[in-house]
Amino acid sequence: MIVLGIVLVLQFALLHLAPGDVADVIAGEVQADDPAFIEQLRRDLGLDQPLPVQFALYVRRILTLDFGMSHAFNVPVISLIAERLPATLLLMVTAILGAFAAGMVMGTVAAVWRGRWADVAVSVAALVFYATPVFLVGIGLILIFTVWLRWLPMSGMYVTWVQHTWWSFTLDVARHLIMPAVSLALFYVAIYTRLMRAAMLEILSLDYVRTARAKGLAPGRVIWRHAARNALLPMITMLGLQVSSLLGGAVLVETVFGWPGIGRLAFEAVFRRDIPLVLGILFLSSVLVLLVNLVIDLIYTRLDPRIVLR
Amino acid sequence: MGFGRRFLSSPSAAIGLMLLAIVTVMAVAAPILYPQGPWVMAAQPFLWPGEAAGMPLGTDALGRDIAAGLFHGAQVSLMIGLASAAAALGLGVMVGALAGYFGGWIDDALMRLTDAFQTIPPFLLAIVIVVIVNPSVTTIILAIAAISWPAIARLARAEFLRLREAEFVASCRLIGMGDARIILTQILPNSMAPIIVTASILVANAILTEAGLSFLGLGDPNVISWGTMIGMGRSDFRTAWYLVLVPGGAVVLTVLALNLLGDGLNDALNTRLHRR
Repeated sequence: MIVLGIVLVLQFALLHLAPGDVADVIAGEVQADDPAFIEQLRRDLGLDQPLPVQFALYVRRILTLDFGMSHAFNVPVISLIAERLPATLLLMVTAILGAFAAGMVMGTVAAVWRGRWADVAVSVAALVFYATPVFLVGIGLILIFTVWLRWLPMSGMYVTWVQHTWWSFTLDVARHLIMPAVSLALFYVAIYTRLMRAAMLEILSLDYVRTARAKGLAPGRVIWRHAARNALLPMITMLGLQVSSLLGGAVLVETVFGWPGIGRLAFEAVFRRDIPLVLGILFLSSVLVLLVNLVIDLIYTRLDPRIVLR
Repeated sequence: MGFGRRFLSSPSAAIGLMLLAIVTVMAVAAPILYPQGPWVMAAQPFLWPGEAAGMPLGTDALGRDIAAGLFHGAQVSLMIGLASAAAALGLGVMVGALAGYFGGWIDDALMRLTDAFQTIPPFLLAIVIVVIVNPSVTTIILAIAAISWPAIARLARAEFLRLREAEFVASCRLIGMGDARIILTQILPNSMAPIIVTASILVANAILTEAGLSFLGLGDPNVISWGTMIGMGRSDFRTAWYLVLVPGGAVVLTVLALNLLGDGLNDALNTRLHRR
């Protein structure tokens, strides 16, 4: 709660750093230069009040989930965000789960065959994935799979010109989802791979793993049931830290692929100086980050009963 | 074995250092090799790399020499990366040092502030800052610093929390050394190792963020960075994909080099810790 409060103050301060105010922007958009009109607008928007009063009004509106009207789209901010959020959530969840799974497998492979060619290959791949900007991955994928191979659609979330049944719609969205999700995921694949490799190397040298081996359990069983499970804990902590950077990556990926989500909405809002919309997105994405971290704390206590939430 | 030799004996550090040296030389040589700057139209548009003599990397949609852009872009990317990492380092170490050393309500207040900054999606925050204060090299540096200091603050705080209780710090207090002097001359030098390792990653991330911003068209309109080149090449990438590949490759190699350097530093500094 305190954190959310500080986030609000920060955002409010940031917007008052901007030269000009909302009234100027609106006046610019309707091309009015009559000073009396702009003054009237300021009064209507409450911009003639002292800053603390403006801030109090702002907090009161936020608490009732009223983020005001977006003046670029002329729709309430909250409904714009609600409309775009599912697409971003779908993209983020697919990307992060994919990255998690891939990182787990790659990291385990690298740790088990430490120092051999498989380890070297995985480690080099992780380094390159880590260093490649998401938008570059996106452009590269489009070049290969759309322009050269013609396998996958270049942008959007589904084709609009055909009548969809429920099943064909799901398939169509999945086809559109592959490339954006992969672009967004690669960076995190690198992080999870390195993390999993380090955790597995540490765990594989522990006594209980040696005991399991000495009991004569099959190597695959020891690795997956005994070692990998415990190596997952640090990975899940990482997941919580990553949500907010994932939202940032979504801005770039959604712009490259024309994915109709929050990230592209944020970009449009910023470009058109649609301040209520920018604020709404910043605030709600912060709320989302906090919620995900709460859920992860709960998962953590399930996975490791020794951890108690205070 | 000395630190330098241990550092260079690791192949990843050596490769990283070599790549970085190349990029640095490119940045320094840019005004000498291409004194007319990256904006001039040098030849006909869409020359592929190697197609014409004197234009080894080809030309873009407006006939500008890509090699000139690449060299001048190295300057911009390196400068923004280093400056914003330095700013983030300064702010982060300051916040972390105060929080870790004094503890109590100062720690609480500073850490809640850090939490708040980490809760707002960083790239989104950078975009908003840059747009609100108008894109220029300075605002981009400030925006990147603003989103990257919290990680350093946490690291510095952890180090200060640990060292605060160390015996040598207690003896400094005993002889009547002031807080400021203990922080600056005693704890800070001892906590630098992990911070230096993180600094190289910080520069790498700053270069990635800058590339992302200028790819979106939010770069300083007066300079060309690698991200700007990728953004400009994007509209023609179906036919002339080298427009994206050349500056993109530069970003990847530089970020890779900085990460390798970080790994090498980490190994070199850690063996010292083990030996102690």
